[in-house]
Amino acid sequence: MATRFKEALDSGKFVITSEIGPPKGTNIDKMEHHIEILKDKVDGINVTDHQSSVMRFPSIGGCLSIKERGGEPILQMTCRDRNRLALQAELLFAYTRGIRNVLCLTGDAIPVGDHKEAKGVFDLDSLQLLETIRLLESGKDLGGNDLDGSVEFCAGAIVTPEADPIEPQLIKFEKKIESGAEFFQTQAIYDLDNFARFMKQARQFPVKILAGIVLLVSARMAKYMTENVPGIFVPQNLIDEMASAPKGEALNKGIEIAGRMIATLKKESMCDGVHIMAIGKEEVVPDILKAAGITPN
Amino acid sequence: MKSITKQKDLDEILQQLQNYDRIFITGCGTCTTMTKTGGIEQVIDMKQRLQDAGKLVTGWVVIPTSCDDMTEAALKENNQAIQDANCILIMSCALGVFKINSYLKKTVIPALDTLFIGIEDKPGNFQEVCAQCGHCVLGLTAGICPITACHKGLLNGPCGGTNRGKCEVDKEKDCAWTLIYNRLKEQGRLELMRKYQPPKNYQVTPRPRKIRIA
Repeated sequence: MATRFKEALDSGKFVITSEIGPPKGTNIDKMEHHIEILKDKVDGINVTDHQSSVMRFPSIGGCLSIKERGGEPILQMTCRDRNRLALQAELLFAYTRGIRNVLCLTGDAIPVGDHKEAKGVFDLDSLQLLETIRLLESGKDLGGNDLDGSVEFCAGAIVTPEADPIEPQLIKFEKKIESGAEFFQTQAIYDLDNFARFMKQARQFPVKILAGIVLLVSARMAKYMTENVPGIFVPQNLIDEMASAPKGEALNKGIEIAGRMIATLKKESMCDGVHIMAIGKEEVVPDILKAAGITPN
Repeated sequence: MKSITKQKDLDEILQQLQNYDRIFITGCGTCTTMTKTGGIEQVIDMKQRLQDAGKLVTGWVVIPTSCDDMTEAALKENNQAIQDANCILIMSCALGVFKINSYLKKTVIPALDTLFIGIEDKPGNFQEVCAQCGHCVLGLTAGICPITACHKGLLNGPCGGTNRGKCEVDKEKDCAWTLIYNRLKEQGRLELMRKYQPPKNYQVTPRPRKIRIA
């Protein structure tokens, strides 16, 4: 049975996903508040998996909260913290609890996070995880054994349109499609001309591409990301536009920019949808959608 | 090939030696001499530092190659000083610690941390180029090892953390998969990178790894 998210992808409509980051600790009030805000406004909600290698409440826990509230979860799964047994087991568990969308990631490196002495696992990579999902769907596990009850997932992956050099990234993108990726959520994009060039390549393949939109909250953040975050390029005119916002208005300027980009992507049918990452400011996602002229489902 | 080592902090060494007052020191004439972590100069320096800390050093020897069978003879030649000690402090890599431990009943304490098997690419600069994983992929990766040179040991291409040819864990470190891509492209062998590589077999020989070569 197709998931709500998969149905949205297949419907040809402009798909909107967003994401939440679980808390460090057991106070899940804020996360649940964000789920309440987002669940009826987007086609799927990603839950990050120890994003940036920072230990948090688990992705699967966030996905269960979304299910309990009638939302559509997208389970982010990295290969950093679990070996192939644990990854398969979690997929089996997720399936039994109605979680049917998975975003397969290799995962950030351990040293960028807050448990620098931990052992990085990386028993599988993102491609091998995609293949594992397709294998489990066939009723077998990675040990070659039969499953008593299989799974069915809408599986996706990520791609970095601004990667430099781009060619190795495109090779991996194609391999992910061959390994069964049905959709891609991209790393943040800000330069629509660069993105259009990427989409020209991507359009040759039968997959859905959701452009990554990361909300800018200050000129400093924009500058920091373009200088330090791999695969993110913020053009100078956007940094200047953020800097031009009057004191206390930077967030509104960021919402305006995000809304404008989404509106353009939609109007010009540049891609199949967007994935909005508001990183800690999830409550403004409805404002971004409003700024983009998008009415809730 | 060299076993690359780093000397432990003196505090840790003294912590491990706290119940021992009479120490015999061994160095190694091969790898730890080349890395200047357990050659004759470092052994003499260690002797001084232990004496300064109130220990009695009963003797010392720099064994030519601590991990080979000649080590037994070198230990026998120093039998008296070894018997006078209640602990042996070893300034070789862990292979030497293992070998010396197999010949003696005394407590052995390593003075070094064994980091990796590597080569010296320029004087004083050591680099790991092989992780001895048990199943070599260099034929598929233009002679550059992704198990070793990629921080995550990825087999199917670069991760999203690659940035202008560098790695997310260290802006000075080359991205292994960018190097592999460039070299495969030069050689007209990019089709190798397009091929899916299945999960790695980590049980080529189960740990501890052993092999009998007839």
